[in-house]
Parts: sequence; structure tokens; C-alpha cells
Amino acid sequence: MAYDYEKSIRPGKLPHIWCPGCGHGIVMKGLIRAMDSCNLDREKTSIVSGIGCASRLPGYMDACTLHTAHGRAAAFATGVKMANPDMTVIVCGGDGDGTAIGGNHFIHACRRNIDMTYVIMNNYIYGMTGGQFSPCTPTGHKASTTPYGNPDPIFDISKLAIGSGATFVARTTAFHATQIDKLIAEGIKHKGMAVIEVLDDCPTTYGRRNKFRSVVDMMKRLKEVAVPVQAAAKMTAEQLEGKVLTGVLYKEDKPEYCEMYQKVIERAQGSAS
Amino acid sequence: MAKKVALIQGNEACAHAAIYAGCKFFGGYPITPSTEVAEVMSIELPKVGGKFIQMEDEIAAMASVIGAALTGVKALTATSGPGVSLKQELIGYACIAETPCVIVNVMRGGPSTGMPTGPGQSDVMQARWGTHGDHAAIALVPASCQEIFSETVRAFNLAEKFRMPVQVLFDEIVGHMRERVEFPEPGELEVIDRTAPNVPPAEYKPYDASKGDVPPLASFGSGYKFHVTGLNKAADGFPTTKAELVDAEERRQISKVTDHVDEIEKNEEYMTEDAEVVIWAYGSTARSARYAVNELRKSGIKAGLFRPLTLWPFPEKRTAALAKQAKAIVVAEMNLGQMIYEVERVAKGACNVVGEFRVDGEPINPGQIMDKVKEVL
Ligand SMILES: Cc1ncc(C[n+]2csc(CCOP(=O)(O)OP(=O)(O)O)c2C)c(N)n1
Repeated sequence: MAYDYEKSIRPGKLPHIWCPGCGHGIVMKGLIRAMDSCNLDREKTSIVSGIGCASRLPGYMDACTLHTAHGRAAAFATGVKMANPDMTVIVCGGDGDGTAIGGNHFIHACRRNIDMTYVIMNNYIYGMTGGQFSPCTPTGHKASTTPYGNPDPIFDISKLAIGSGATFVARTTAFHATQIDKLIAEGIKHKGMAVIEVLDDCPTTYGRRNKFRSVVDMMKRLKEVAVPVQAAAKMTAEQLEGKVLTGVLYKEDKPEYCEMYQKVIERAQGSAS
Repeated sequence: MAKKVALIQGNEACAHAAIYAGCKFFGGYPITPSTEVAEVMSIELPKVGGKFIQMEDEIAAMASVIGAALTGVKALTATSGPGVSLKQELIGYACIAETPCVIVNVMRGGPSTGMPTGPGQSDVMQARWGTHGDHAAIALVPASCQEIFSETVRAFNLAEKFRMPVQVLFDEIVGHMRERVEFPEPGELEVIDRTAPNVPPAEYKPYDASKGDVPPLASFGSGYKFHVTGLNKAADGFPTTKAELVDAEERRQISKVTDHVDEIEKNEEYMTEDAEVVIWAYGSTARSARYAVNELRKSGIKAGLFRPLTLWPFPEKRTAALAKQAKAIVVAEMNLGQMIYEVERVAKGACNVVGEFRVDGEPINPGQIMDKVKEVL
């Protein structure tokens, strides 16, 4: 029987704003399956986003949803989680939102190891504003503001997350649709900051400018660049040239922020042993 | 039992008042001259089971405050001029999303980094128009440590009652001055909590104007699922671009303040009954002005003081009435003329409006004000 996504979507909120061929909807379906498999109580789940095409996702989801300002999702989410640690907090948004304007909030949420799951949809571009380059646009590629090719080096989001202190970091692609929910679910179950980077496609503003003739071409590329970490362990540096590792890239048990703060409360109230 | 009395700074009084008002969350980023508010909150909040977090910058602090407030807690941030500038986008977010929260701005000079340890009153227009778009604003301007206590509690009450961000502005002089502060007993000052919805979760609309100008606000995690956005939205909280819905929402969010000015406004008048010259001053400047009034009266000059405690919404009625009664209004402020524009606007030429300004980091002293009064008479 086909999976019933509709029961998790707010009645009357479809159609969504995403262009035909955009991968954001694939990620939303993955998130729905992940939330279901974790049996999340939607009244106690907050989905927080910033601004951008990807950040429109919470509006469609039946939960306590918070669509904030560009780049600030992780900081809003920190307030939600700190004030009510009983809530499951999921952040979602684009690469520009999370690593350009929101880069500082992103790395500090990772550093605190606050218990939230950050799903970052990396479509290599600023979709909503019409295809300007982002910190994840490959060097040399074209965007509306890099007509001669992008001179900027890129951010590797997953490496950034690991380096900043996130205790669960995973990566997959919109092509690997069935892996998305498994990794997000693992992130939700993980106590601490979980980052799931999903390499995504934007046919309208990125593909068009970079000679991907069709969505199928873009999906094929996602399929080809992805190498599971296990497989990569047996590959040479030469074979790994231009590839991107997928799967769980990092996992560690470390004290979680709200639990640490609970100890502060106990000390302040003089009840710590 | 005797009341708790302490010799404390205005900034410290502000933090204790927040706890009194039931504040359970503080998100901040250090900046002089506001830092003591954060420091005292970091001590006091965990004692009452509240949360203190030092965020990575002021924008994050404001974001965390809004996020926390949406879970149902009373939330505070404290900062100074440049910090408020950073928070502006999200203060606008709190306006449109109708999220109760309190922002304290201990004012220094400026623009930019200005004089971090010097006093200023130059953020008064920032408090009104700092964020983009049309919106209402409430800002309070206490002038003593005791008043910082009562006005901070009032700020939380107004935030909860009108579902919006409320700013408390005091200058560095009152923020850092130590005075005797009497801590009110629990129950002595009114403490208001936001109205929670009484409809079943399925029927809840977070911006339902049929429930009044200030619709009830549910808390995330309390069984109500709803959507919050900074986009223009309809009663159910979802984005809309329908002209009539956007227009109605924008207007309601402003009229919920403009229709209740009498509840929000608070002023003090001193010897204005027969005043020929009214000194219009707020914050620490009003303390010098009061001294000047006494001295001027001794020499037979009929001077009086009008001191707003609510700066926004602007005290239009009383200011206009005093303009009709007096020969002149002297607006004294530690900037190069900001509130004077408002006084001129409502005076509509009924009397002479002149300013006595100062931006050198020194307080405006009574002698200066007296000289100005004598000059305009
Ligand atoms: C303060 C601020 N600056 C800029 C913008 C304009 N803006 C909206 S979305 C966006 C980029 C979105 O790109 P990304 O986060 O990668 O998400 P996508 O749309 O590609 O899913 C920008 C720059 C804004 N809304 N607010």
C-alpha cells in the first residue's frame, strides 16, 4: 500500500510553492517518514526554518511550526528547545540560509550540542531570490551574480558541522530518497545536535545556468557523485576525486546542552550532590 | 516582616524586576552599559528554574527570546544601542508574529560604538521606527532605580496583554546609578499573563480577530499546533497576499495599541497647573529638570515639568494641552533633537518649542535648563 503522506500535511496547504523537479519535496517526504518512524507527537514537535524555498517546508507540516527570518532558524530553535526541552525540535532550510547569513548560528548550535535535528537542503544556490551564488555553489559555476563563473571556494557543510561540534552528522542526496528518512530518523533519535545534509537540485535557477539539460541530468549527477562512506574506505584518492561521501559521517556521545543547563539549575538551587 | 530593601544599580533592579514579573528566559549578548542585567539574570534565573543563555550575537539573542516566548514563557533580552540595531529585524518579527517579549536598551551615545560608558538618549526614535514596515511600538522610560523596577514589571505586563515586544529604555546614568530600591512583596505589583485560548486545538487560530484586538496565544507544546511566520498572514497564521486580509491584519496590529493608549500611557507632571514654561524631559534628564523647576519657582518663574514614562505611544493629548497652556515648551534630551520633533508635531505651533540638547557624554545639568527657560521667556 502506498505511504499516506497526506495525514502529516496540513489540510488545504497544498499545492506547495516548489518548482517542478525541485528536490525539496523529496526531502519533505523523507522528513514525514522519519517523523512517523520515530512516532513523534506532533503537538510536541516544533519544526523551525529561516527564509528561502527550502524554509517554506514547515508551513505544510502538521506540527508546531515556526517560519522565522532569513538565517535565524537555529537561534529561534535554541530558544524553543531551551525554554521547553520536552519538545522535539527539527530545523530545516537551505544552504544559503544555514551557512551564509545563518552560518554563525549554525556553528554555535553545533558547538552547544543542543538536542535538535537540522536538515539542510543544499541545492548549491539561492533559489528563492532567483539564483544568486551561495557559499555552496561550486567554484567556477554560474549563478545570476557570478556570470563569469564563481570565484569563491565552497563550504563543505558536513565538515563544517563536524568541526563545529555537532555530534551526529550525515549526508545523502535527493536521489537517494529512501536514505533520507533513515538518516533523519537517526538524527532525531540522537541526543544532541544532529545535522543531515541533503544534496538537492534546483533545476530552475542552478541547473539551467550550468548546462544540466533536465532534472534527470541533475539527479544522475547526484547519483554519480555520492559514495557511501563504507565504500569510500576501500577507494583510492584518485577514485574519490570529485566524489561526495554519504551516510553517517560522524557520531559521538557528548553531554547535551539542555541537560548541562539542568545541572546549572540544580547547582543554583543548591540541590546538586 | 520588613520589606527587602537594597542599594542597587538600575540594571540590577531591572533584572530583579524581571524575575518578579515571572520572566523565565533570558537570551543576551554582552554590551556596555547593559551587561549587569545579563549578569544578574544568570544568577537569578536558574534559582527559579528559568533559563539563561548567552547567545553568539544580539540577533541570535533576540531570536532565542522569540522562540522561548512562543513556548509560553516570559522572555527578556537586554542590550544597548548597537545591539538594538542588530535586533531590529527580529523586533519586527515579534511585532508581526505578535510575540510577547521585553527588550531593555540601556542607552549610550552614538551612532555606532559611540561612548560605551557614556549616557545617551539617542535611541528613542530607534525604539519607534527602528524595524522596517508599519508597526506599533511601546517603549517605557524610567528615571530612577525604583522606577526601573516598576516599569520593567509594567513592560512585561504590556507585552503579555498586547502580545507584542515592549522596550524599556533607560540611559546609562540610571542604569549604573545606585539607589535605594524597595522590593515589592509578591502580589503588590500587578503581574499579567497572556490569555490562552479556550477553544479546542482544532479550532484555534492564532490571529483570530473575532477574539478581539489581541487574540489569545497558545504555547508550543501545550497541545495546540499552529504556524508562526514573519510573512503577512491570515487569521490562521498562514501566509496570504489577499489585499483585504493583509490590510486588516496590519491595521489591527497597530490599532490594538492606538485604541488603548489610555491604558498604556503613564506620565508625571510637576507644577504644570499654572506653568508658563513646561520642561519636557524623560529619564535622568527629567531629574535635572525637576531640580530646575524648583529653582526657577524660587525666583518667581512659573516653570513646570512634564515627564513621560511611556514614550511610545507618544503622550499626544497632554503634550498638546500643555502647548496650548504654556508660552513655551523646553524639550531637554541627551541627543541632538529627537523627541522634540514629536512635541513640535502635536504642539502644532500653539507655543514656542525649543530644545536643550547634549551629546558630550555629560548629563544635562539643571543650570543649563534654567538658562534656556530664562532665554525663552
Ligand atoms: C535579511 C534578509 N536578507 C536577504 C533576504 C533575501 N533572501 C530570501 S531567500 C534567500 C536565499 C535562499 O537561499 P537558500 O537558503 O539556499 O534556500 P533555497 O531558496 O535555495 O531553498 C535570500 C537571500 C531575506 N529574506 N532577508
